[in-house]
Amino acid sequence: MFQVRIHGRGGQGVVSAAEILSVAAFIEGKHSQAVPSFGSERMGAPVVAFCRIDDKTIRLREPILEPDALIVQDPTLFSAIDVFAGLSENGYLLINSKRSIEELGIADAIHLPEDKVRLVPATEIALKYIKRPLPNAVLLGALAAVTGVIKIDSVTEAIASKFPGKIGDVNIQAAESAYKLLSHNNQEELTC
Amino acid sequence: MLKQIEGSHGVAEAVALCRPEVICAYPITPQTHIVEDLGVLVKSGKLTNCEYINVESEFAALSVGIGSSAAGARTYTATASQGILFMAEAVYNASGLGLPIVMTVGNRSIGAPINIWNDQTDSMSMRDAGWIQLFVEDNQQAVDIHIQAFKIAEKLSLPVMVCMDGFILTHAIEGIDVPEQKQVDKFLPPFVPRQVLDPEDPISIGAMVGPEAFTEVRYIAHQKQKEALKLIPQINEEFKKIFGRDSGGLISTSNTEGADTVIVTLGSVIGTIEEALDEQDEKIGALTIRSFRPFPLEEIRSALKNAKRVVVFEKCFAVGIGGIVANNVRMAMSGTNIPVYEVIGGLGGRPIIRKSLHKLFKDAVNDKLENVTFLDLKKDVVDRELEREKQLIQSGSVAENVLRDGGVVNAAKTT
Repeated sequence: MFQVRIHGRGGQGVVSAAEILSVAAFIEGKHSQAVPSFGSERMGAPVVAFCRIDDKTIRLREPILEPDALIVQDPTLFSAIDVFAGLSENGYLLINSKRSIEELGIADAIHLPEDKVRLVPATEIALKYIKRPLPNAVLLGALAAVTGVIKIDSVTEAIASKFPGKIGDVNIQAAESAYKLLSHNNQEELTC
Repeated sequence: MLKQIEGSHGVAEAVALCRPEVICAYPITPQTHIVEDLGVLVKSGKLTNCEYINVESEFAALSVGIGSSAAGARTYTATASQGILFMAEAVYNASGLGLPIVMTVGNRSIGAPINIWNDQTDSMSMRDAGWIQLFVEDNQQAVDIHIQAFKIAEKLSLPVMVCMDGFILTHAIEGIDVPEQKQVDKFLPPFVPRQVLDPEDPISIGAMVGPEAFTEVRYIAHQKQKEALKLIPQINEEFKKIFGRDSGGLISTSNTEGADTVIVTLGSVIGTIEEALDEQDEKIGALTIRSFRPFPLEEIRSALKNAKRVVVFEKCFAVGIGGIVANNVRMAMSGTNIPVYEVIGGLGGRPIIRKSLHKLFKDAVNDKLENVTFLDLKKDVVDRELEREKQLIQSGSVAENVLRDGGVVNAAKTT
């Protein structure tokens, strides 16, 4: 089983990201389960969503305590909650930021090899394609590039099914852009 | 067709496949997505011959449902939490009048303190209201059991409550095989009401019944629930033939044969429990109660008779006595010397995690469980508040004090 935990704030599409990822896994014939963490959702409040992917039926319904991949859609969360809790030593970490780990002041909190940590300028990519600061699809494209747990084509197909039409199109462009960027830079830190 | 969809959406599609003629809709978290999705299905013309009524309250939702069902329309509604309390009088009336309404309860706690998260206190508050209550484990069962529910309800002329864990199931997106319309049409014939209010042929239902007949009417209600014990497995067999899935029945068991310890539970927590059981080596089995009303005393007794101990895990309790489900299970086990332990967990949405379950299993097999255990109880926070109440007459609000002591919020001091 591969477990992804997505942190962000209300309005950034955290729950939609988990859903899209689960649909992408479903498209590949896998079993998957997406669940939002349950709160009184509102703009700006910290939000968590979970997605499990497996080759067999998923029965587990606890929150994801030990994620294999962690997506942080909003770097201002670091001071609010312990987003890194339970991150597996072999896990992946994707952070939406154009700054570096050191600049973000989180170097001491991360115990992962460098090649497992990616800083993605997801808001900037989203603004370029979607014209709105919605980093969720971008980070899913990045997840596909960095982990290989899901194919980028499945991600784009899932986005198209959730958001048919122009909104889907621009999100797909944004996801593909991040996929290409991270595929090319697979061994380097990204701080563009 | 296999789809990756939200549980609530799956339920809406399943209900639509049952061709309801009246849907009474009033929103309350966490069931709201179900009635919203049904609204979309009606508005878009995918669900035809159905009157979708936005009502002004839960009391109205079920009251309108009583009227439409009595007029011979296949009727559906959904609620949760305080909503089911607000419709309480109508809940008893629907069953007392013998009206085959199907209602989803997206299980949620009951306040105060206000809490929107999952436990099963809401359905349990209506356990003696005369409805059939079916609890589902996952979203496939939620879909399948709604389809079975209409058939069970209409065969018995009794209302059925389908209970699904709020958020954990209603908001989970997972693979669901949504049946085809022609399969459902084959399984579920058009509704032929046992009694119908028709202006062309006026009758009255809901007569005043005095002491001379009240006992008999109530006794018949009890007998009908007993009939349901036979009917529910039969309908599941019919369902299996058409849909190829075993989704219903009164109970389900896993590894209970030869188990020293059996965990008894209801709802979605069985998934996490079974995952945890797979990770350990003790002889522990699990039994899930699907039909809580009627309560399958004989089936449960038979499945548990060789166990050394029974642990009932439930997301609700009766304040002042303890486990609700456990008490019912004890009735099934009366005359045996098998101890029945009660574990209360998942209240107000507290996550039930494998780590806590492993400790629980270990304590259980070593007979170290208390009669009533509150899983993951923060004893220090409880003790601090109880001590405060001893020391101070004006100790303030328990909820605010506990939030502050637990470090959850910087709640304002009341003293």
